[in-house]
Amino acid sequence: MSEVDNKTIPPVISVEGLTKQFGNFKAVDDITFDVAKGEIFGFLGANGAGKTTAMKMLIGIWKPTSGEGKVAGYDIYSETEKIKRNIGYMSQRFSLYEDLTVWENIRFFGGIYGLTREELREKGSALIDRLGMGEKKGSLVASLPLGWKQKLSFSIAILHTPQIVFLDEPTGGVDPITRRQFWEMIYEAADRDITVFVTTHYMDEAEYCNRVSIMVDGRIEALDKPAQLRKDFNAESMDQVFTSLARKATRSAD
Amino acid sequence: MQLLLTFIAKEFKHILRDKRTLLILFGLPIVQILLFGFALTNEVKNSRIAILDHSTDEMTLQIANRLSASAYFDVDRMLQREEEIDAVFRRDEVKMVIVFPSNFRETLLHTHKADIQLIIDGSDPNTATSILNYATAIINDYQESLQGNPSLPLTITTETRMLYNPQLKGSYNFVPGVIALILMLVCVLMTSVAIVREKELGTMEVLLVSPMRPAILIIAKMVPYLVLSFVIVGIILVMGVTLLDVPIRGSLPLLLGESLLFILTCLAIGLLISNFTRTQQTAMLITLLGMMMPTLVFSGFMFPIENMPIPLQLISNAIPSKWYFYVVQAIMIKGLHIESIWRETLILTGMTLFFLLVSLKKFSIRLT
Repeated sequence: MSEVDNKTIPPVISVEGLTKQFGNFKAVDDITFDVAKGEIFGFLGANGAGKTTAMKMLIGIWKPTSGEGKVAGYDIYSETEKIKRNIGYMSQRFSLYEDLTVWENIRFFGGIYGLTREELREKGSALIDRLGMGEKKGSLVASLPLGWKQKLSFSIAILHTPQIVFLDEPTGGVDPITRRQFWEMIYEAADRDITVFVTTHYMDEAEYCNRVSIMVDGRIEALDKPAQLRKDFNAESMDQVFTSLARKATRSAD
Repeated sequence: MQLLLTFIAKEFKHILRDKRTLLILFGLPIVQILLFGFALTNEVKNSRIAILDHSTDEMTLQIANRLSASAYFDVDRMLQREEEIDAVFRRDEVKMVIVFPSNFRETLLHTHKADIQLIIDGSDPNTATSILNYATAIINDYQESLQGNPSLPLTITTETRMLYNPQLKGSYNFVPGVIALILMLVCVLMTSVAIVREKELGTMEVLLVSPMRPAILIIAKMVPYLVLSFVIVGIILVMGVTLLDVPIRGSLPLLLGESLLFILTCLAIGLLISNFTRTQQTAMLITLLGMMMPTLVFSGFMFPIENMPIPLQLISNAIPSKWYFYVVQAIMIKGLHIESIWRETLILTGMTLFFLLVSLKKFSIRLT
């Protein structure tokens, strides 16, 4: 895995003092970070720590209460439509239509990102070839094994070659082997210069990231390379790092 | 535009591949029409009655003959004693017993007044009312036929005069009712469930994150159900006209136009419900309790609104299907034109716009 130099490459996500408040409750409390191009950035935190809220502000679904932010070079307040064109998104687990075929899913999701007929044919076929799913092209997604569904879902999320792909707990409830295969696909995407922003609460997955941030009660309590964090916290694994931070949490899970 | 078509095609695939739902969608109106038309009818045909004749004169025999000659009644037996009345009812052998007092003819001719007692099984009030109406009508008929004594007042007199539906045909009531009910079901329930299902699957999030405009999503969800509903309205109308002899006295284009308006109302309500709910079950419950029940109770389809207490009458005004039901009945049965129903049309249009605006507003709020 190549080390990323944050100084020379302009960040593809930059956030400063980002806050989201619901009434008196600060779901996200003054967070600041940068993500470099081609980086795999792990966004960690317990349930209810504010990961999903923070991500929703980055992908243009929710407006922040205060703070600044740019995603793919566009402002998260005023240019959400442009942000949407330049990112890919995969929600918790896979979100494909089970009653549509593999090809119909590709065509539909490609279509909503404005791919033309030719682009669809070209990129869609390349996707099918890469996944080795040629024979399954006309099968309903419901009939595919879990691992394939997930790979397909990820491939579709990056079909329009976005600058950044946001993955919201993409491996929830999936077995370790499938998770491992899934991370191989994430590396391939990063090699193609697609920045990966991934939330997870599997600490073994945190080790796969270039850098991770750990959120506790709406704040980012730690942000560095996994190896550095282990060293700083004098821990053997990311799990221990996380536990020592999460112990401070006062919020209960949502 | 290309995108919208792709999206609509996708929605149609969802519907067409869900064979069970499809069967319900098309089976339900057919079954309902058949049920209401042939099984659950309030109409009375060949009801068995008994007669207890203390007089047995020329007049009572004539009345008995008229009753049994009608299509509504079969004189099942003649009773001899009062005690038998209770027994025949308890064994459910007859629906009505007619009791003529002794010296019926003499009393009538001399005092110009005579009583006939009608004892009716009231366990099913709808049937009982029909039986009462038919019987009094036949007796009144007989009274009028007594030439030379035109003003012989029999105690049983009815003021019931049925405009448009002299035979009290139930189908005149339930064909418009079934249309309103099915449209509610298809448009409100199916639309809200179709949108909420995407929320449950997580695909809605993906759609909201995509650069696609929300209007496209909404239109694409509505179009297939609009088409489907129109087909269903057609099926019900054809069945109503051919099988149940329900007339379409007014203009068919007007009827279809009003139906289109009501379909839009329902779609807007479905959209609204989908905005407030997260699971398909909740959407279904809200639709069934919040929409179907009021449609059944307050549209005038099953229970006459005029007979309700004032507060309930006021509530009924808020139910869109009441207005649609009125309009359909007015066009089909009474043959009225737009001049007579513009007020109802306007109310429906207003409701549609209101629901659409609220749900669109809500939808865009969720995006920011």
